[in-house]
Amino acid sequence: MITFSEIETTTKRASKAAGFSWGVAEEIGKSIRSLELFGLPGIINLNQYLKKIKKKHPTKITKIEKENKTADKEFCPIYSGVAFLDRCLELEKLKSLKFYNVSYPLLMLPFISRASEIMSKKILVQFDNSSFLLNFDKSIFSKNIEKQAQSQAKVVNIEFIENKNSFSEQDWKELYKLSEETFVDESDSLKKTAAGAGLTDND
Amino acid sequence: MSKPNIKLRDPNEVMKLSRLGSFHQSKLSFLRSFIREFKDWEYKRNIFELDKDGYGVAVYSFEKNKRSYSLICFAQYINPNERSDRVIATKWDTAFVLHDGIPTQEDINRLKENVPKQEIGRMSYKELALSRANKSVRVFDHVVNSLSEGKQPDKNLLNKVGYLYRTTAVYGSGKFGLADRFRIKNRKEVYGPFRLEMMLVYLVRQFTFDQVNHIAKNKNPGKAVQLDENIARNLGIGNSTGLGMAPFIVNHPTLLHKWIYSREKALKEIRSIEVVSNEEFIFFKNCLTKSQSIVDTWLTESEYQNKKINSLKSDLIKFNQFIEKDCSIKVKYLWNTIYLWVEKNLNEECVEYIVSMMMEPYDKIVDPLINNMSSEEEQYFSIPGHRKISELKKILEKKYQSIIKINFKEKNSIANFWFISKNKEEPRVANRHEEQGAELEQPLAIARDIKQLYEKILKTNQSETVADFLLNNDDLRHVVRRAFIIDQFPYSEIQDNTIGASLMPIDMLRLKLSFFGAVKFDPRSDKWLRINMYQGAPLSHELKNSDDTWIYNSLN
Repeated sequence: MITFSEIETTTKRASKAAGFSWGVAEEIGKSIRSLELFGLPGIINLNQYLKKIKKKHPTKITKIEKENKTADKEFCPIYSGVAFLDRCLELEKLKSLKFYNVSYPLLMLPFISRASEIMSKKILVQFDNSSFLLNFDKSIFSKNIEKQAQSQAKVVNIEFIENKNSFSEQDWKELYKLSEETFVDESDSLKKTAAGAGLTDND
Repeated sequence: MSKPNIKLRDPNEVMKLSRLGSFHQSKLSFLRSFIREFKDWEYKRNIFELDKDGYGVAVYSFEKNKRSYSLICFAQYINPNERSDRVIATKWDTAFVLHDGIPTQEDINRLKENVPKQEIGRMSYKELALSRANKSVRVFDHVVNSLSEGKQPDKNLLNKVGYLYRTTAVYGSGKFGLADRFRIKNRKEVYGPFRLEMMLVYLVRQFTFDQVNHIAKNKNPGKAVQLDENIARNLGIGNSTGLGMAPFIVNHPTLLHKWIYSREKALKEIRSIEVVSNEEFIFFKNCLTKSQSIVDTWLTESEYQNKKINSLKSDLIKFNQFIEKDCSIKVKYLWNTIYLWVEKNLNEECVEYIVSMMMEPYDKIVDPLINNMSSEEEQYFSIPGHRKISELKKILEKKYQSIIKINFKEKNSIANFWFISKNKEEPRVANRHEEQGAELEQPLAIARDIKQLYEKILKTNQSETVADFLLNNDDLRHVVRRAFIIDQFPYSEIQDNTIGASLMPIDMLRLKLSFFGAVKFDPRSDKWLRINMYQGAPLSHELKNSDDTWIYNSLN
């Protein structure tokens, strides 16, 4: 079995060889390691993408807005992902973003996952039939993912999920009530000796 | 005396290569902390199936609380002209692997097919470290012959070499299929850096003793004697180390910080002790006296190293006179007085020697630092893109003061480049103006790239965000990341030019090896050296009763 350390080192070197800078190649190494750790097909996608761009290196993204369209044929998932990660705190106010025509969209995912951790917010990513819930870079819940490489997505939707509970107030109340059964009733004498008791606070 | 204002030493001085290349082993060293951690583990020789010439399989283990680690040794015959310490070698006298648990016969069979092949073999997640070693044939044969004739070997010859075997590489952490670090990083006993690699080398040493005894006995069963334990104890394991280690300290900035910071914190706390007890001072002086035998038996043909050793020897004479004449425990903040005198009067080689010695009496200061010498590097990887260029500029001006003054337009400032060799995938350094391949340079020219970043930033709108800057300057992304790391970890960066004409790569190796606990640095060129590990260390059956100053017992 290839180890995660080998995956990181080799993908970093391969990315540099494919024309990315060392700094970006370092990001790619970490990202592919992360995808593979989460059980997603990082190596397959990267390998195909690097082959694709060998003759013509992709254009770098110049800015990120709510709706992103490129005059070029398609967005590079690496440059888009890195730029997204670098400005994620600023992008949060947009609540959701769209990237049209993204090459190998799965490769964008680990950057958004790291952004989720930096922002302390869950992020929902959808393209074609696949959807991914990114949980603070701790886990990725995925639905309908392609096991093989997916060469392009017409639209990649990114939605920042507000920090809110996934349960009703009633659920919480019931559970809390049950937890109270671990508490002990305090006697009057104990109450008199507890911190702050017996003295006026107006001293 | 009023309380002196003692600060951590300035990273701009400590992190110079000449200073880092003067570091010595100390209580913080990994092989010493390995022995402290594993001394109460159950040591066992599980399998010893060698033929009369010492070829075959052996297994050694450490066990405690249902956790065990095993060294599996594969010894084979090799033709003398196949024996080479160079990394390009393909055969070794013995190959070793550290296995997680006790290996099954199936594991041993699998590993027998792979471990002797080293880099071209494949290990599994059940293996933790991989190594190989060659006999020091001159010493090995002499020891076997002497023992088989019922005599102990010539101590003078052994003292000159110091070991029976020399390792030429020790691999860990995910290389060649070995377990990734994350699989084991939460085990308390291996939390210290390189602890498993240290375990492997320690057990290899035991194998070398068992092997010579075994061969001698088979050679002359009626007459052979066992190697005297006092002699064995003074033998370590040699190691030939090349440039592979150098990029490591550049590629792991937060880890480098943790190592150096621990040393600096220990020094600061020791200098801040107001009253030094008689017991502590005597302990220090005893270690100092004993340690000087290591200096006296430190042999090398390297002019560079001999100059350093001679400077150390003459400085130690001065220092001993100072200690005897001018130092008393009646002096408040005695260690600080000593340190200030040392820094003013002695050379770097001796300053760092005394710093290591000053730690000896202080388990209570050093021990808590040991577990803080690893790093969760992932946590510091992301670049804070929202920060302003003005902030980045301030960091560069404060943390890279001397680097940004270097003129990289001068030919000598960019004389070298680092690359990965195609033959063996190992780091190498070459002259940029004479050799080909500089276009495939590794990102290890940190000083040059930091300077380039600084010059670009001077021309950039200071209110721009780092994220915006990186959109157009991603060629500098690797050093932007480092700048934000050094902002939090001041000892994370070598404050020197690692591609300059005057670079001594062995300074980088020595820094790392001193933290390993290696002694007797013996440079064979400016690019590789030999060292000794575990000389003087307790033998396996003595571990439980060993004390931490064993390193000074060597040759005493």
